[in-house]
Amino acid sequence: MTTWMLRRLIQAVFVMLAMTVIVFIGVNVIGDPVEILISPEADQAERARAVIALGLDKPLWEQYWRFLLGAVQGDLGRSFVFNEPALKLIAQRMPATLELALTAVLMSVVIGIPLGLYAGLKPDSIGGRLVMGASILGFSLPSFWIGLMLIMVFAVQLGWLPSTGRGQTAELFGVQWSFLTRDGLAHMAMPAFNLALGNIALVLRLTRAGVRENLPMDYVKFARAKGLSPNRVVFVHVLKNILIPIVTVVGLEIGGLIAFAVVTESVFAWPGMGKLIIDSINVLDRPVIVAYLMMIVVLFIVINLLVDLLYTVLDPRVRLETRE
Amino acid sequence: MSELTLDVQGLSTHFFTRAGVVRAVDDISFSVPRGRVLGLVGESGSGKSVTGFSVIGLVDPPGRITAGKILFQGRDLTKLDERDLRDLRGNRIAMIFQDPMMTLNPVLRIDTQMIETVLAHDSVSRSSARERARDALGMVGIPSPEERLNAYPHQFSGGMRQRVAIAIALLHRPDLIIADEPTTALDVTIQAQILAEVQKLAREVGTALIWITHDLSVIAGLADDIAVMYAGRIVETGRVEEVLDRPLHPYTHGLIGSVPSRNARGQRLRQIPGMTPSLLNLPPGCAFRSRCPRADAACEQDPPDSHPLEGRTLRCFHPQLEMVA
Repeated sequence: MTTWMLRRLIQAVFVMLAMTVIVFIGVNVIGDPVEILISPEADQAERARAVIALGLDKPLWEQYWRFLLGAVQGDLGRSFVFNEPALKLIAQRMPATLELALTAVLMSVVIGIPLGLYAGLKPDSIGGRLVMGASILGFSLPSFWIGLMLIMVFAVQLGWLPSTGRGQTAELFGVQWSFLTRDGLAHMAMPAFNLALGNIALVLRLTRAGVRENLPMDYVKFARAKGLSPNRVVFVHVLKNILIPIVTVVGLEIGGLIAFAVVTESVFAWPGMGKLIIDSINVLDRPVIVAYLMMIVVLFIVINLLVDLLYTVLDPRVRLETRE
Repeated sequence: MSELTLDVQGLSTHFFTRAGVVRAVDDISFSVPRGRVLGLVGESGSGKSVTGFSVIGLVDPPGRITAGKILFQGRDLTKLDERDLRDLRGNRIAMIFQDPMMTLNPVLRIDTQMIETVLAHDSVSRSSARERARDALGMVGIPSPEERLNAYPHQFSGGMRQRVAIAIALLHRPDLIIADEPTTALDVTIQAQILAEVQKLAREVGTALIWITHDLSVIAGLADDIAVMYAGRIVETGRVEEVLDRPLHPYTHGLIGSVPSRNARGQRLRQIPGMTPSLLNLPPGCAFRSRCPRADAACEQDPPDSHPLEGRTLRCFHPQLEMVA
């Protein structure tokens, strides 16, 4: 276990190093932030001073080296636009995105698994077919369009739910959260559902496929031959077997949801990280872009680690240590 | 000993597929007295397993029992609803499956899978259920059962897994065990051990046993009675030594002839020409007639049950009544 952990950590360091190189070259290719940040009226001397102040006069390898040195000490640079540490900017926006994404994941599991079980156990029923048909829509309709439709129906016409912002927040561990207040929850309902929709469809289809695959297996028939109730067969024997692919996908999707909640956050004006990154890309705020992408890499690494650990809980055949 | 644990009369189990009706089991009758072992023999696809699943009430759609009675200790199982059947399953009637690698749930510990079986039928405490599970494991010859209870199926070999499955089947000391080729997937030494143990247990507990197999040599050493199945029908029944010594049906004859034997070393193995017919839309008449050396026009009619010898049932117009050399 410890060797396994250690190896994973070393791997993670290399992944992050590789990522910084790619990101650093990437942000240099998309454009020159000086053109956007400095007013067109500025004279040559002012420009030169600004370039030096931002550290853009140095060659790329030196900029990279300085970034690395800072990163090791937990400093990912200062935003060109806000003149604040990039990490702090991101940290401020993170709780909003985090709670949105986690709520969406919760929704996809709580709605997706039961519907998938139903569709898998009764594949020929009208309900089962309807669920499967609807899941195709959940997959294929663009999320921005669904977001707009949700706003139109529930905010504009019915007036049941607010359409923008986080609403009232409450403090927990020194951070403001929306899910702690009624108003905040009301604000979160639509964007979270919007974000979850694709994943509900995904989890649903995975669950159904797993059920269809496992039901004809001998162990299911044997469990029935032991005289167990249908509920025990489905919810203990089958469910535990199909949970493995679901955990994999849901784990990866958490990262995806956090990293790419951009569209939903834009549609519902949700003040999260996604909005920050879009704004930063528009003004070529390099430190923020780099810091954000680094955060996402760390996030994916942590999630993958957790998923691997979860496997060992779910599937006894998986052991992390290679036996001598 | 005339008390019948199981008496199956005119059982038919058909599968209603899109391509047509598959008569997997077609009007079969047999019985198993208390404490006796019935060997149900036949080729793959002859309906042996479906017969087993019919008795325990686990025929899945599109399959359905279409006719007949399954009298278990006098109660007709085909008339019972799902709840009552569930009370019998694993409790009074148990089943052991063919492939021990597939029958245990890979992600649940052995104790979970055994305790749940005890608790499904008896309201006892978890700890006493666990004790029963441990005793059952010990009974089938699993060393240090207390520790093995905490193991997962993948930590057992195939033979050990089959012992676990047998232990699960024995938990409630059932009156009837249906064993569906339980030793086919195991190597010969393990097979011999398991056969000996099952036989011993059946004798001690008084359990009736249906042993489904295609392996006549297993039947010869284990069973009291034999029923030979072909294309969904039972073509011949009788006491095992009588049937094996003097097969009456040409199919049984061919089946015995195709068992490799030391006396016939170096000779070509005899085989039955042709293949089992498709059970889909099987034409009336004797299903074996296309492969049978004795078939004639009469065989296009369904042969009725006859009793040419004491204690024997036969479905054939042209039984091999002369003695085999």
